[in-house]
Amino acid sequence: MRENRDYSDIPGTYVFDSHHSMLGYPLNMFCMSLNKSENRDKFRANESSYLDQYPVSEEQRKAILERDWLGMLRLGGNIYYTFKLAIFDGLTMQKVGGLMSGVEEEEFKAMMIAGGRKPEGNRYKSEWEKK
Amino acid sequence: MAKITSGVGTSHVPAIGAAVDKGLTEQDYWKPLFNGYEKAREWIAKEKPDVCIVVYNDHASAFSLELIPTFAIGVAPEFMPADEGYGPRQVPPVKGHPKLAWHLCESLILNEFDITIANKMPVDHGLTVPLSIMYNQPEEWPCKVIPLAVNVIQYPQPLGTRCFALGQAIREAVASFDEDLKVCILGTGGMSHQLQGERAGLVNEEFDIAFLNDLTADPERLINMRHAEYLRESGSEGAELVMWLIMLGALEDPKEIHRTYHVPASNTGAGLIVLESK
Repeated sequence: MRENRDYSDIPGTYVFDSHHSMLGYPLNMFCMSLNKSENRDKFRANESSYLDQYPVSEEQRKAILERDWLGMLRLGGNIYYTFKLAIFDGLTMQKVGGLMSGVEEEEFKAMMIAGGRKPEGNRYKSEWEKK
Repeated sequence: MAKITSGVGTSHVPAIGAAVDKGLTEQDYWKPLFNGYEKAREWIAKEKPDVCIVVYNDHASAFSLELIPTFAIGVAPEFMPADEGYGPRQVPPVKGHPKLAWHLCESLILNEFDITIANKMPVDHGLTVPLSIMYNQPEEWPCKVIPLAVNVIQYPQPLGTRCFALGQAIREAVASFDEDLKVCILGTGGMSHQLQGERAGLVNEEFDIAFLNDLTADPERLINMRHAEYLRESGSEGAELVMWLIMLGALEDPKEIHRTYHVPASNTGAGLIVLESK
């Protein structure tokens, strides 16, 4: 159902389509629960047992506990949901952006101040494969 | 009679709201952006809309993956700021306009736009940041607000053609409301940004400037733009710009009054445009 979509050739991008949404539902709903301060307290007290309430897969559980931000996206996480976990950790969008793209927060911030990541060379997977 | 006299397109980056809330707007990082907002603030202080229809998206605050309405209108007398994980923003509660909101819902559904009706809908930065951009920090918001939440998180987002047509239907619906009201419609979100993945941080200034230009120069191009082009050119979160097309459709023969554009606001190309209906 999701082969060869017209956005499948965009590099470094996890489009939150039906495939991702089905896969990521328990992971994302766990993240959603962190909107409530009492849940944040419970999660803080014992992350692993808090996660028992959500039918996340073993891989998803590991990605959550290890704060593997790219891993969470690959396993169906949506950034607006997974960012709730980043907020819980006190991380900025630049820190998480850096962790996902393999640079330090300061380098990521500097890239943004210089105008952001340019579209040139970043539109097609084939452009990344050449690198 | 009620009339939509103006429209505003603006980004709704949460960090812009945080800069207002924490008094950081004079800092070097934020000053150029807020300088650009000055004229829009002066404009709205003169324009004084009675009601603002704010087209925005909820970011896993009122809605989650449990329920994903494509279009939802808030009909409540009041909408409270949502807790997005930091505790709610310390901004005034948003006062609704239930009579006009219900009139919109009835008119739109009878006009074949099957809108979701929301009586309880906490509002997140998507709605409150545009209010802060336009009104800064008043004790209470100087207008009534009708929230129109659009799903842009779960693919597929509504098409530009559908959004524009919804805007046109909103224009008609407002015009048939039997009370003298001046209405401004805000289309929010965007401009180019990608928050996720190895391509995080993508900003396409050329795309954004062309988008601002074509709101008046070539709206057909924008209306017909499809998901893959937004994703590739304006980043994974750039398709929020379809919400500006609802605003555009609600205006009649719009004329540009003011614009500003600045990179970055957090990870985003931040734009603002003020349009007036003829």
